[in-house]
Amino acid sequence: MDLVALLAIQVLYAIASLALISVGLAIIFGMMRVINLAHGEFLMLGGYAAIVATSHGISIWLSMLVVAPIVVGIIGVVVERTIIRFLYGRMIDTMLATWGLSLLLVGLTTAIFGNTTVGISAPLGSIQIGAYRTSAYTLFVIAVAVVTLGAIFAVMRWTRLGLIARGTMQNANMAAALGVNPPRVYAVTFGVGAALSGLAGAVLAPVSGVFPTIGVAYVAKSFITVIGGGAAILSGTVSASALFGAINQIATFVTTPVFGEVALLAAAIVLIRLLPQGITGRFFRRGL
Amino acid sequence: MSARHLNLLGLALVGIIGLAVMWLTPRFAELDTVLDLTVYMIMAILALSLALIWGYGGILCFGQSAFFGLGAYTYAIAMFNMGESTVPLLLAIVLPAAFAALLGYFMFYGRISDVYLGVITLTVTLILFNSVNSTAGPEFHIGAARLGGFNGIPGIPPLNWPFNKTAPIDLEGMFYLSTGALLLTYFGLRLLLASQFGRIIVGIRENERRAELLGYDPRAYKLATFTIGGALAGFAGCLFANWGNFVSPTIFGLAQSAQIIIWVIVGGRGTLIGPVIGCIGIQWLSAALGANQPSGSSDFWSKIFANAPLILGVILIAFVLLVPKGLVPTLGDLGQMLLNGRRERKQRGLAPQQAE
Repeated sequence: MDLVALLAIQVLYAIASLALISVGLAIIFGMMRVINLAHGEFLMLGGYAAIVATSHGISIWLSMLVVAPIVVGIIGVVVERTIIRFLYGRMIDTMLATWGLSLLLVGLTTAIFGNTTVGISAPLGSIQIGAYRTSAYTLFVIAVAVVTLGAIFAVMRWTRLGLIARGTMQNANMAAALGVNPPRVYAVTFGVGAALSGLAGAVLAPVSGVFPTIGVAYVAKSFITVIGGGAAILSGTVSASALFGAINQIATFVTTPVFGEVALLAAAIVLIRLLPQGITGRFFRRGL
Repeated sequence: MSARHLNLLGLALVGIIGLAVMWLTPRFAELDTVLDLTVYMIMAILALSLALIWGYGGILCFGQSAFFGLGAYTYAIAMFNMGESTVPLLLAIVLPAAFAALLGYFMFYGRISDVYLGVITLTVTLILFNSVNSTAGPEFHIGAARLGGFNGIPGIPPLNWPFNKTAPIDLEGMFYLSTGALLLTYFGLRLLLASQFGRIIVGIRENERRAELLGYDPRAYKLATFTIGGALAGFAGCLFANWGNFVSPTIFGLAQSAQIIIWVIVGGRGTLIGPVIGCIGIQWLSAALGANQPSGSSDFWSKIFANAPLILGVILIAFVLLVPKGLVPTLGDLGQMLLNGRRERKQRGLAPQQAE
């Protein structure tokens, strides 16, 4: 029974972390049809931002939840203004340019921070579940994921900003005719997506540590989650994370973590073969 | 001079330069230059494989290094088990081709769009990297060959003359072999692209729906193109495993995949000579900057390799933003403009506007 509870927490954690690392990408892809291959590096930068801020004496909560998103969000806006905006509508070229950006960021961080893993210890200690102990930080990550997704839903559904964002997403020309400035919406969207990635990278930094090439570990997983999820940002991310996270964690539990990842990626390829439009192309079509 | 003459002139030029390099280098250059040039030639074959499937087939494959690595690993593993290189060489071509065919079946018959195709090939490469990287323990072996995980497989026996175990090919021989293979690949691909098959795949790249309505099945043609590309990349991988006597999982890595894409972008999509020039130029540049050793290297190199991403990243961004067509087509356009400049200026007022 305790084992079941523990496994349940771990499956939830796998789902939550998948949703966290994917949601920034989902917003950028869903709104702008831009495939940002530098997404993993945004997560990596979030981790570094949190660690640097912590080592300068800022409280760990503040540096994870405030400093990291702001820093990476600003970087995102700069990237959008200097590179992405010249390439709208040229999907393949955007992929290539952001891949170049990803290599550039890896090179830069290696030059600055060195090619070693830095970490911060996870706060919050551990909790007891029957005969087992697990890190309380796991529960914190789940909570952050739930709050983040809830906040995105609330903003998209009930605020004027969300209305403008959804309108631009559906029909940019019509939104422009109604007085919205799509380039500005795109810049803000890219910034928000980057900020969410920074948040995710910072929150996961105590779990995984941070090193310049950690983005590679994230990027494939977040991509297949977004593509597996399909066009709808929130319901897509949540449903795909639930599916892939569960597969990953159960396969990990039965065999090894490496095989868990392989199972996740293989499941994704099969899913894309069966549902080329993603989960929300077939189910939950009216979701947000 | 008509386009046909220019074409023949270009072919003859490539042949003459290629043969001259092949004949002269070992006679006049130091052995380490010959070694460097050997790996350039091998990588140029890899660049040609992507030039075919991306530049002509229009299939954006981010995972060409998967086939390259698979070829290298297949050769290494088969070599340890058999000790004679004829069959391993063939396996290193057939197995990646079969893998490409299987993957291509999933993607093309699933009618997955370009962008997703890029992401899937990327994912497959990462799967291979993760799986091979985690096979460090002694329990992971295929026959007599230990997979070695992140340590890679050292001491791979070199190629020998077909069916003659006692006559291994030496370093100079490897240079002749690689350069000869590159020339053969180049002219073979030119021939393929001039054939009906080549015309059809270019037609599919330009307008898939139209080609389909004319009665060609784009799925089958794309699958065939992809498989040929996989076979070529596997062959290059086999040569690469020979060159360094070593393979490691970094051969599947993202940096390796990115390099191949960059060679093709820099040289130009839709040409064959462009990616070869791009490949050799970029490798020479990286070596000159002291920042790069192609994947499959030990600790010493991985430290230095740390700066290569920066250079490659800047090159990639700059070319996508500023020279999206690549060097060779851009230079070709410039030359065309200079040649035709006067004639066009005369005719401009008279020429009818072309209808959309």
